[in-house]
Amino acid sequence: MTDQDAQISAPLHGILAEYDTPTAVVKASKKVRDAGYTRWDTYTPFPIHGIEKAMGIRMTILPWFVMAFALIGLTVAILLQWGTNAVDYPWIVSGKPFWSWPANVPIIFELTVLYSAFATLAGMLALNNLPLPAHPLDLKERFRRVTDDKFFLLIEARDPKFDEARVRSLLEDTAPVVLDEVREDRTSSDKLPRALIYVGIVAGVASLVPFALFAQARTQKMEHGRRHLVWDMDFTPSYKAQADNPLYEDKRAMRKPPEGTVARGLLNDDDQLHLGKNAQGNWATTLPASMSADEATMKLGQAQFGIYCTPCHGFAGEGNGMVHKRASALGQGWVPPTNLHEQRIRTMAAGEIYNTITNGIRNMPGYGAQMDDSERWAVVLYLRALQKSRTVGASQLSDAERSQLK
Amino acid sequence: MATAASTTNPYNGPLKGDNPFAQITDNVSRIMEAPKPPLAWYIAMAFALSLLGVFGASLGYVVWEGIGAWGHVHPVAWGFPIVNFVFWVGIGHAGTLISAILFLLRQNWRTAINRFAEAMTIFAVVCAAVFPGVHIGRPWLPYWMFPIPNQMGMWPQFRSPLEWDVFAVGTYATVSILFWYMGMIPDFATFRDRSTSTVRRAVYGIVAMGWRGSSRQWHRYERAYLLLAALATPLVLSVHSVVSFDFATSQLPGWHTTIFPPYFVAGAIFGGFAMVVVLAIPARQFFGLKKIITMKHLELMAKVILGTGMLVGYAYAMEMFVAWYSGAMFEQFAFVNRAFGNYAWSYWTMIFCNVASPQVFWFKKMRTNVWVIFTVGVIVNVGMWFERFVIICTSLARDFLPANWGELIPSPVDYATLGGSFGLFFTLFLLFCRYMPMVAMAEVKAFIPEGHAHDEDDHH
Repeated sequence: MTDQDAQISAPLHGILAEYDTPTAVVKASKKVRDAGYTRWDTYTPFPIHGIEKAMGIRMTILPWFVMAFALIGLTVAILLQWGTNAVDYPWIVSGKPFWSWPANVPIIFELTVLYSAFATLAGMLALNNLPLPAHPLDLKERFRRVTDDKFFLLIEARDPKFDEARVRSLLEDTAPVVLDEVREDRTSSDKLPRALIYVGIVAGVASLVPFALFAQARTQKMEHGRRHLVWDMDFTPSYKAQADNPLYEDKRAMRKPPEGTVARGLLNDDDQLHLGKNAQGNWATTLPASMSADEATMKLGQAQFGIYCTPCHGFAGEGNGMVHKRASALGQGWVPPTNLHEQRIRTMAAGEIYNTITNGIRNMPGYGAQMDDSERWAVVLYLRALQKSRTVGASQLSDAERSQLK
Repeated sequence: MATAASTTNPYNGPLKGDNPFAQITDNVSRIMEAPKPPLAWYIAMAFALSLLGVFGASLGYVVWEGIGAWGHVHPVAWGFPIVNFVFWVGIGHAGTLISAILFLLRQNWRTAINRFAEAMTIFAVVCAAVFPGVHIGRPWLPYWMFPIPNQMGMWPQFRSPLEWDVFAVGTYATVSILFWYMGMIPDFATFRDRSTSTVRRAVYGIVAMGWRGSSRQWHRYERAYLLLAALATPLVLSVHSVVSFDFATSQLPGWHTTIFPPYFVAGAIFGGFAMVVVLAIPARQFFGLKKIITMKHLELMAKVILGTGMLVGYAYAMEMFVAWYSGAMFEQFAFVNRAFGNYAWSYWTMIFCNVASPQVFWFKKMRTNVWVIFTVGVIVNVGMWFERFVIICTSLARDFLPANWGELIPSPVDYATLGGSFGLFFTLFLLFCRYMPMVAMAEVKAFIPEGHAHDEDDHH
């Protein structure tokens, strides 16, 4: 049996009437409606105003469907923002509580509209049973003009009241341009094309490959580090201080400070504090004006003297510290440290002592790098106190001090 | 123009069909069915593709070199890319306005122009989305803006206007595409049923989803269309409002104003309509659509441009007034500087283009002259670009501390990406003209007098 024979002997799908104008199809619709048919439809190139009433079409449930999805969208938006920004990763924004909903309204609105819009299109298609690839009407050459300029009315054979002769006479009364019978589709295959199935299987398997690779990677030990497709700031190469840097004209990695700039704390505009010299350029004999000879300075000087001076000069400053004792015992030639109670040191200007501490003398190294200006001046102050302890007689003390010594 | 076109244009012949429905079908479908598009299409396509190449190359350069290739500097960090973003998003408003708001207002004249205004919307939003996507600096990480669980355990900050923007523009693009696509289903079915080649029949058949024009389906379809229009209407108003929040919620003088949301929306509709006429006039000329997109449509659009132009002009005046009335020193300075400062030329360009030029539409002679409408459309688009430039650049360049002032000097790459984005836009639009139903045939048929059923039983 050929396809054509199969088609001719196929069961009846329905009776189709064709009309030229919207008015004609609306009039025919009313007759079919009043005759009590239920499985029938009209097909038109555009929506005809008022045909719903003529056909007895009831209002669609689509708006309720959309409403439901609007509420889902609203709920999702609230839960998403609350869950992410208030619970899982609480953000402090403008000092407001973690959940301050007015600022979340724009996204609640957007997601409500987004869900509703998807529901509108998907709901319309689903309620209309679309997509529908094949239909018996597609076999009618004339029916193609339904999307152009013709109007059709189809009463289906599965209608409970269907009786071919009565349907024909009813439709003939509506003055159609053409009255035709529609057979069920027996020529088009309802199976998917084989090629499409193969493509589908291959694509389906191929789509699993990335996931298989992920799964493999999660259970495997890697020999190499992470692969960086885009390096971003995962690595920030930096230059070593004294190395070449081709980015600059002078090829230095370290940049010089701009001309005329002074780093914080390095202005050193007080010569007496910094160099130990007074305004005339002579060694200063007093503490710099920015320091005062008080208890705190004395304590500071004592501490610094203890740390830096005692190893050689000894706790009393007599030039007999541990280093001196050890070096003398080794007997390998040793210039002994100065006894700080010598007449020469006692009469030396404070500024010169300060300068010696800063820069060193003979085989004594400078301590300018270890102590800052005021710490070195504090040591000078403490040294003066040590010297005085050897020369001041009891008569020069106050009564209170004398009673302390007893 | 008319004589030159008639010799090269295959679309000026008489329409086939013995009834108005068939003639409408033929008028729209023959654009797709003709073996070759008109010469003007090829010329425009060559121009658009070369601009698209410039766009691709300049964006590639920006991605490779980093966004320093653009000319923005501290403190004008937003520069051209954000100006272009706001410009294109604005263009994208007219389409949905025509499809949704005019639909709800029963403005039936919209049927002639809604389809390609919607297409224009989508293509403009595509152009807009490119700019922030690249301007984020690391364009391979835009997914950070979406709430995707990640190994960093971090989430987007949903109380930031920039994040609202992601959702607003994303929702707008999605809903516009759904709306556009749903509107095209019956027209794709027309294309399918007229196709003579198997490939065309298959492709248009797939996108038509088996639409056969059943009245029971039309009923749900129309309901769905109404629902989408009702959803898109607040959406279209919200999108540019949210874009304006990017500015209005900041503390910067010149941005921190409550007038921004309505002012941005009015400007977007204004600029969008200007772009519609710029596209509609050549399209109806070269594709022979003058019987569908008539002078009446152009005149109505000119009126919309005049009306929204005056809204925008009112907003400019109000900004100035509020700055003065606020008594806030920085606010006053920002606006005096806008009009008389280092970017004064851009301010007065904007005023000329957006406020002065549409005033010609008070005269019917001007409203019905395609050359005048086209020229004003182009001028308004220039003006709307400058509006965004004025808002963004003058405010950023001169903020509170004079020590923090700076100046944007656009680099050649800035101009290349701006010009190139038009290449993307026109390429998409030209492809649309050739391969998709440029006019909503089913809707136009429903609104011509012959499309109404005359019923002797119940008059309405």
